[in-house]
Amino acid sequence: MSNNAIQDAGHKDVGRQQFAEFWFYFSESKTAVVGLIFLIGVILMAIFADVVAPYDPSEQFRDFLEVPPAWSEGGSSQFLLGTDYAGRDMLSRIIHGSQLSLVAGGIVVLLCLSFGIVIGLTAAYFRGITETLIMRVMDTILAVPGLLMALVLVAILGPGLINAMIAISITYMPYFVRLTRASAISESSRDYVVASRVAGAGRLRIMFITILPNCMAPLIVQATLSFSTAILDTAALGFLGMGAQPPQPEWGTLIAENRDLMLSAPWTVTFPGLAILLAVLAINLLGDGLRDALDPRLKRS
Amino acid sequence: MFSFLLNRLAVLAPVFFGVTLLSFGFIRILPGDPVLALSGERSMTPEQHASLLAKLGLDKPLWEQYLNYIGDILQGDFGTSVLTNRPVLDEFLELFPATVELATCAMIFAIVIGLPAGIFAAVKRRTFFDQGIMGISLVGYSMPIFWWGLLLIILFSSILGLTPVSGRLSFMFDVEPVTGFLLIDTLLSDEKGSFASALHHLVLPSIVLGTIPLAIIARQTRSAMLEVLSEDYVRTARAKGLAPIRVYGLHALRNAMITVVTVIGLQVGVLLAGAILTETIFSWPGIGKWIIFSVFSRDYFAVQGGLVLIALCIMSVNLLVDLTYGLINPRILHTR
Repeated sequence: MSNNAIQDAGHKDVGRQQFAEFWFYFSESKTAVVGLIFLIGVILMAIFADVVAPYDPSEQFRDFLEVPPAWSEGGSSQFLLGTDYAGRDMLSRIIHGSQLSLVAGGIVVLLCLSFGIVIGLTAAYFRGITETLIMRVMDTILAVPGLLMALVLVAILGPGLINAMIAISITYMPYFVRLTRASAISESSRDYVVASRVAGAGRLRIMFITILPNCMAPLIVQATLSFSTAILDTAALGFLGMGAQPPQPEWGTLIAENRDLMLSAPWTVTFPGLAILLAVLAINLLGDGLRDALDPRLKRS
Repeated sequence: MFSFLLNRLAVLAPVFFGVTLLSFGFIRILPGDPVLALSGERSMTPEQHASLLAKLGLDKPLWEQYLNYIGDILQGDFGTSVLTNRPVLDEFLELFPATVELATCAMIFAIVIGLPAGIFAAVKRRTFFDQGIMGISLVGYSMPIFWWGLLLIILFSSILGLTPVSGRLSFMFDVEPVTGFLLIDTLLSDEKGSFASALHHLVLPSIVLGTIPLAIIARQTRSAMLEVLSEDYVRTARAKGLAPIRVYGLHALRNAMITVVTVIGLQVGVLLAGAILTETIFSWPGIGKWIIFSVFSRDYFAVQGGLVLIALCIMSVNLLVDLTYGLINPRILHTR
């Protein structure tokens, strides 16, 4: 009993130490910290969208059609970023849109991580024909440009945000499978894996408890970078009319529905795009910082 | 060299069959009755339905359908568009030059700016320039290019009136298509000013399509250069008292190019995916716009054929990149 408690405390200490070491390297990069803070801000904005947004995203102010942003001529302080053709407040739509974009990106990453890890570990552990088959399927997915692949999949599944997320997940899957497989194979010949096999650990235990934690660093970096591209691709599909459907205020869909107004009311196109750019930029800054902090090769130099 | 080529082809063959299997499966797992979906008809008599089923070959067992499909593809038959009733290959080849022209210009734009920017950032490591260049390229890398395109149209076409909004050529000109590449065709024709017009139409789409490759090339060139600059032979070259331009240009850049060429080759997939968005925004009559149009008009045979053809293009370019890689770095040819 007390022995266990000591062991637990030991584990916690190791965990804390690892995190402290990680944070030491991560916080060295100011831009990465800025990215992290901005991203946390966006996430909070998405969670509390109902409180933060001045209006309901679908509320139509019939007397205020295509009002420019507050600081420009003819603008009104009522609508900070102006209104669209139906008199809907752009700021409120963008704030609510962050929910859709972040959730879409998050779900894509979760799907990729979970399926990618399981498939990758399976390939690495069983080798032989299973591995060949899995890797050839992944090669095939990679042979078609991601957006085209996603488009074809959405054509099969039907347009919509959820189907777009599934389609995008499938196109990103190969990167996760390859990464998991490669690092699992290089880990599986290490002494600690042999030791746990000798100690009588089962297949699943070796795969998920012994090997997997040691493959996580590159996967975390890949997950962060995929999070940002997933937001971009969701928006691209939304823009093409194959992702989220109007009146959902997903950022890409917002640009598509206001595209006809882009010359008369440019703010309806500019701000949703700026939101995408800033969110993606913040995540990429974070991803760069994570890679530098988690890559042991760079640490030593 | 020959065994190297065979080796690469052996790797590509299963991928090619994977792609055919994928495109074959695509039409079969579409929801609803495939005959109705493929013919685009709303209602038909049972006899019409049966004859169409037979005509499309959907009444045979799946394995036979697949073998026929592979056989057709190997003979250069990529199906027939339901919409235009023309062979998909003909449509593809007709539009392909437009996309290649756009992608080439985008790539030239990306390389001409990205390569020197990356080298400069590496040489001036940890200075204001380095941080500036890397900051800008991260913004480029994070860019939603469909929005970027609209933004440039608003600024350059609408406000400044400098560039055309869409298309490949002004309506004033009627240039006979010889090669399909308008930059060449306009030079061959005797219409004055048509070349300038074609070039003029290329500017914005090339910038939009080239932005992400530009950012990637700049970043990768910088890191490849940094890696090479820390090598012993570069230190030796410096110690010998060679001029910096010789050290960077001759000793470092040549070795860094191995990575850079691979990176540039990998951009082909990015370019083709980007072409879908760029061509849609600028009404550029190329493959990207065509495939989107085919998806929307449910011309599934066109989508199916286009999928295989695009994958074939990407696979050929990857093969070319591998061969170039082998030429720049002969060690690779012999180790395998």
